[in-house]
Amino acid sequence: MTAKISYDDVEVGTELPAQSFPVSRATLVRYAGASGDFNPIHWNEKFAKEVGLPDVIAHGMFTMAEAIRVVTDWTGDPGAVAEYGVRFTKPVIVPDDETGALIEVSAKVAAKLDDEARTVRVDLTATSAGQKVLGMSRAVVRLA
Amino acid sequence: MALDQSFVGRTYPPTEPYEVGREKIREFAAAIGDTNPAYTDTEAAKALGHPEVIAPPTFVFAITFRAAGQVIEDPQLGLDYNRVVHGDQRFAYTRPVRSGDRLTVTSTIEAVRSMAGNDILDIRGEVHDEAGEHVVTAFTKLVARAAEGA
Repeated sequence: MTAKISYDDVEVGTELPAQSFPVSRATLVRYAGASGDFNPIHWNEKFAKEVGLPDVIAHGMFTMAEAIRVVTDWTGDPGAVAEYGVRFTKPVIVPDDETGALIEVSAKVAAKLDDEARTVRVDLTATSAGQKVLGMSRAVVRLA
Repeated sequence: MALDQSFVGRTYPPTEPYEVGREKIREFAAAIGDTNPAYTDTEAAKALGHPEVIAPPTFVFAITFRAAGQVIEDPQLGLDYNRVVHGDQRFAYTRPVRSGDRLTVTSTIEAVRSMAGNDILDIRGEVHDEAGEHVVTAFTKLVARAAEGA
């Protein structure tokens, strides 16, 4: 594993470059196919509303996949991620229009865990339409 | 109806191997819009110290969740899947999943709880490669919301 960020160059509070990820209905159909999760709440508005949702929602695992890109783009090597966990707090609601939804992700180094293993804990924040969509979102990352 | 506490600790038989394909990784990376070359370019993956192209961190969920179906659909457990939502998800990696891996998943029920009429189920999926080496563990928390009128 060869992360391009050195353990010695980061400190608690170091911010990772934030990113925004657009999500349209087409994005969700494509993710459904790639992941094998064909739950109709992610592509069928009528069904989503029948089960009490305001509209079609993104797959939680799609949001989880996007959020960690802030870490893997930072390290360069996705293999540097030793642990990654999230809580699904609110759904990302995806309207059927030109713009869809936007997932905004920021992250910072919350702790330097182990000087030998050169691991840090990164805490992530993911919001959509002003709502926090992931909670307890954190990764343990092995740096160079 | 509360789930039976005696299921805690129950381990299900390992799944048949899932063979990780290079094109499946490419398809998944494209679906999440991630252009990291480690997912599609063998030379780029090797430059990072991986023997093959690797999969994005959450790719393995498709495999572990399918394996968790043994638990979710266990008629003895009696979970109402129509009421289930995904609560938490966590992965602990020994190494990234890579093209050519033949992965088996062993699912264990870690915890069963009832809170305010909701059933909460924690499933641990241990993922091993063909050599029996650990690759990743997936921790999945499912919440079955209380039935209306219950």
